[in-house]
Amino acid sequence: MKDLFAVIMLSGIYGLLSASFFVAMDAVDVAFTEAAVGAGISTLLMLVVITMTGRKEKPTRHKPISALFVVIITGGLLIYGTLDMPYFGAADAPIHNHTSPRYINDSMQEIGIPNIVTSVLASYRAFDTFGEVVVIFTAGIGVLAMLSVARRKEDEDDEIASINDSMHQQHLVIRIVAKMLIPFILLFALYVQFHGDFGPGGGFQAGVIFAAAIILYAMLFGLATARRVINQTFIQLIAAIGVLLYGCVGLVSLMNGGNFFDYNVLSSDPIAGQHLGILIIEWGVGCTVASVMVIIFFNFAGRRQFQSLKKQTKHTESSK
Amino acid sequence: MTAHLPILQVIIPLMAAPICLILKRAKLVWLFSLIVSVLAFSVSVLLLQQVMTSGVISYELGGWQAPWGIEYRIDKLNAFVLLIITSISTLVLIAAQASIEKEIPKDKHTLFYVLFLLSLTGMLGIVATGDAFNVFVFLEISSLSAYALIALGKNRRALWASYQYLIMGTIGATFILIGIGLMYQMTGTLNMQDLSQRLPEVAATRTVFVAFAFVTVGLCLKLALFPLHLWLPNAYAFAPSIVTAFFAATATKVAIYLLIRFTFSVFGLSFSFTTIPLQTVFMALGLIGIFVASSTAIYQNNIKHVFAYSSISQIGYMIIGFSLSSVTGLTSTLLHLFNHALMKSAIFLALAAIMFRVGNVQLDNFRGLGRQMPLTMAAIVVGGLSLIGVPLTVGFVSKWYLLTALLEQGWWPIAALVLLASILAVVYVWRIVEVAYFKEPLPDRAPVKEAPLIFLVPIWILVIANVYFGIDTRFSVQVAESAAQSLFGVSL
Repeated sequence: MKDLFAVIMLSGIYGLLSASFFVAMDAVDVAFTEAAVGAGISTLLMLVVITMTGRKEKPTRHKPISALFVVIITGGLLIYGTLDMPYFGAADAPIHNHTSPRYINDSMQEIGIPNIVTSVLASYRAFDTFGEVVVIFTAGIGVLAMLSVARRKEDEDDEIASINDSMHQQHLVIRIVAKMLIPFILLFALYVQFHGDFGPGGGFQAGVIFAAAIILYAMLFGLATARRVINQTFIQLIAAIGVLLYGCVGLVSLMNGGNFFDYNVLSSDPIAGQHLGILIIEWGVGCTVASVMVIIFFNFAGRRQFQSLKKQTKHTESSK
Repeated sequence: MTAHLPILQVIIPLMAAPICLILKRAKLVWLFSLIVSVLAFSVSVLLLQQVMTSGVISYELGGWQAPWGIEYRIDKLNAFVLLIITSISTLVLIAAQASIEKEIPKDKHTLFYVLFLLSLTGMLGIVATGDAFNVFVFLEISSLSAYALIALGKNRRALWASYQYLIMGTIGATFILIGIGLMYQMTGTLNMQDLSQRLPEVAATRTVFVAFAFVTVGLCLKLALFPLHLWLPNAYAFAPSIVTAFFAATATKVAIYLLIRFTFSVFGLSFSFTTIPLQTVFMALGLIGIFVASSTAIYQNNIKHVFAYSSISQIGYMIIGFSLSSVTGLTSTLLHLFNHALMKSAIFLALAAIMFRVGNVQLDNFRGLGRQMPLTMAAIVVGGLSLIGVPLTVGFVSKWYLLTALLEQGWWPIAALVLLASILAVVYVWRIVEVAYFKEPLPDRAPVKEAPLIFLVPIWILVIANVYFGIDTRFSVQVAESAAQSLFGVSL
């Protein structure tokens, strides 16, 4: 398919379908994440990208036969691999009999929160989650390193603002509806953030939803206005603090004589310690995820405005 | 605090990265990263000492017991690799400040150090962990930061090179993830130690076979084994010089470490080498890789390209040693991990110095450099001799062990070919020497001065190490040999 817009929409639909798939398989936490990230924010970011690159793929004459060959082999191998897999939901499958029983039976006593998924990813395997947060942080820094444009001069900033004003004057209805919606989106993000212990949710999803609210604001009221509320330095600081917050929980448990990320030693009562640890690390996750998403959006969109501005000035120069 | 050394190894550079972002001032950040790297280096020295005297260290993250929680497991093999990574990163960082001044725009210096530390974290995390999924998480950290670091290169082709690497690297990482997922499905565990005990029960299934195939191919992509090496030359050539020096010495080594870890410790020797003809495949690919890459290196005019291709051929030597599946063969691979890191970082740091003075590393610009930058050129010559495998350098030691291992199993035709391949290395090193020492400088190039001390110190530390470990092989051989023996001890 040559139409990139259609490709992005299809990938968004694919994300939504896989999310429903996960719901059908009772993996609601994964489904929530997939819906927020796969169907939501990544589609949005890719749309921002095609506003810069153009909607059509460049026609090429080369036919990727060898790629097709590799894909067929890989696919064939994957299907071959499924032949000996235990059936879906089979009670005697190894995954249900080795590590899972402890998670299911004992996590309530050991960690004290009803959502087993959260106890696995925030306590039993907290270090993996920490790694994921660092992956997201790295992605944000990578985007900054490649895309951030050197600080523009004041007058150019004003010019951008004026372009925005004329552009956004038309969308009066949408702006008012968005104004009403944004507080609720933010509130919902906070609910997801704190409700992760009891139902599907947690820092990752909450961060993405929170970022979505800010991005919506930026799209309707102009990038410059949004940047006035949240500037680049501030958002970088939040991203860094998110990682540090998470890591510091581990360091504090080191100081208190436990192993890294041993929440039991955070408080005199192990269960209270677990609660406290999970609460703080979820905050760290939320901070980093939300700010990195905003960083990525701001830099892509800022780049786009920068480009169109350059084109415009070129245009006026040539007409003179 | 010594009980927490395994986690400190990874967590020190990890926490330092966001702190760098807050510190902001480029010079301060440089100093801070350097201190962090020195700390990481000292931790790795302590770890190696501890492992050599008292055996495997296991560290339970979060205080959860192994298959339920994540375990850090340091044995001789990964302590050795940790030492290689942290020592190279420290030496490279010394020169980083001056080098990036000329190659990276000013407003990105802080981000450069943040990414550098993240990439260091990623590699250390991959090596230190004893959990298969944790490997993947840190693999992502190290790869993402690597793509961004390479894209920072001055030449616009760096972006394209980075993009190619991104696509290939992502495919590799996905393959590894698929493999890990399949293993989890068949065993219900992600812990490597636990996997190695539970895999034999289900070893006959097709699923495990496919898991092994995916992990191996994914890792071969990451370690740039011929014919999956196409991303490497441009990535190394167009990345900022300091990044090249760091990655050439460490990035592919980490992938080779993982290959050894998965084939020997997780799947087990007998499974790995009997289910598919791994030995024949790897030996053939290794040999072809050596010849193709060395002969391509001869025709390159960008010197970074020359040594990037040379890296691919050196990977071939390591893979041949690995494919023998004998203690001596594995020793030679491990030795070469260490030795190759020493030579390549010396050479690429010297190239960074030339980049700093001359502005590019095209062969023509090397004319007369032998007189104008004698110390830097001498370092390249010593590094080159080491690549060829001349006695009294580290290159000789690892080739010697590789040949012994080959002859031990009666592979004398292969041994002859390996020796023959060294002649190709002579050719591409000689081309540089000839231009640098025997040709008059280009008339239109202004004469250049010797590189500043901040380059020469780390370069010559590495050069001296190249010679020292070529003569006094007690440390490197002892560690490599006992690491290899312990790997075979586990599986036999």
